[in-house]
Amino acid sequence: MSTFRLEIVTPERKVYSEEVEMVIARGELGEIGILPNHAPFVTPLVVSALRIKKNGSETLIAISGGFMEVNQNKVVILAETAELPQEIDVDRAAAAKERAEQRLAKSGAADLDFKRAQFALQRALNRIQVAKVKK
Amino acid sequence: MQGVRDIKRRIKSVQNTKQITKAMKMVAAAKLRRAQERAEASKPYTEKIKEVISSIAKGIDDVNHPMLEVRPVKKTGYIVITADKGLAGGYNANILRLVAKTLKERHQSADEYVIFAVGRKGRDFFKKRDYPLIGEIIGLSDTPTFADIKQIAKTAVSMYGDGIYDELYLVYNEFQSAISQVPTEKKVLPLANLTESEEGQPAGNNDYDFEPSAEQVLNVLLPRYAETIIYNAVLNAKASEHGARMTAMGSATDNADEVIGVLTLTYNRARQSSITQEISEIVAGANAL
Repeated sequence: MSTFRLEIVTPERKVYSEEVEMVIARGELGEIGILPNHAPFVTPLVVSALRIKKNGSETLIAISGGFMEVNQNKVVILAETAELPQEIDVDRAAAAKERAEQRLAKSGAADLDFKRAQFALQRALNRIQVAKVKK
Repeated sequence: MQGVRDIKRRIKSVQNTKQITKAMKMVAAAKLRRAQERAEASKPYTEKIKEVISSIAKGIDDVNHPMLEVRPVKKTGYIVITADKGLAGGYNANILRLVAKTLKERHQSADEYVIFAVGRKGRDFFKKRDYPLIGEIIGLSDTPTFADIKQIAKTAVSMYGDGIYDELYLVYNEFQSAISQVPTEKKVLPLANLTESEEGQPAGNNDYDFEPSAEQVLNVLLPRYAETIIYNAVLNAKASEHGARMTAMGSATDNADEVIGVLTLTYNRARQSSITQEISEIVAGANAL
């Protein structure tokens, strides 16, 4: 089966760089699957679990705040954070989830804190979900 | 002539100082290596994001985004990166001198600029002298993560978007080598030269599909790019800081060695002269008998 190179890069390090068969990401308008020889394409990604298919098995990577570039049979994902399931600190994510929920319960829906807490909650949930699938 | 005991005490104290400076030098050397690795690790991200932006900017004909647009400058923002601690030679002083000089040359009054201070030394400097300070980060770790500086980067970039200032500069020590750091001023916003500087390079495939649209993709990318530039500068400044500290502490250790040498010489002289004196006193006493 044909493959293409997938690179996931954050400001701190290169998280992933391998030949894969398919990658499924969640863009602002919904999920999109990329197969080899896709046309050049750029989209921002939302906080979500990235699904990578390789040799018939599927890997998840939790990403937040990034975008995807497809060009010349190469996919580059630039994200603020990206974590493989085994790298996720589940306890920390659970604590962050609780914190965010508390803050959401306290503050009004309009202010900035609310939005921030919402994002924090999303990220925490995303991490927890990705970590769970691994087990 | 100083008392023999006093000299001995001084030698001891200089020796203690030397131990400390030597330890600090080694710590700085280890941190420098880590900081350099980090700066290296952030490169692919920066390069990639720049590549994508410039190919997008080339792909669409009229790029119209506030961050690319050069506005008449009414107010300027400066992000000044210093260290939290001293003991790093001229590291902080050089930066602050450059900033003070630049501000004086470029602006008539304090209404024309605002300052973000990264690092305690810079913050204290500007606070004491009543510079218009609008943001600060202190207590940054030696190996800052993106999350650590994200907030100030975001604020700085969004304030530009809101029109609070019309250009944004970074002032920091550019890392050249462990013994040389150059105070540098770098323009972050507007990102004017982005499309021009790439011309010599082979054009990639520019016919991107955008989802939802090219404008919206740029909306996401450009602030991110500016944040990355700031993050890089912070990493670079950290590497410089450790380099500067390493050099400063290295020469402090050398100086301590020198002082110890001189003191030891004085000590031996004093000791010998006191012995000579004792002998001559004994001899004189014996002769008197």
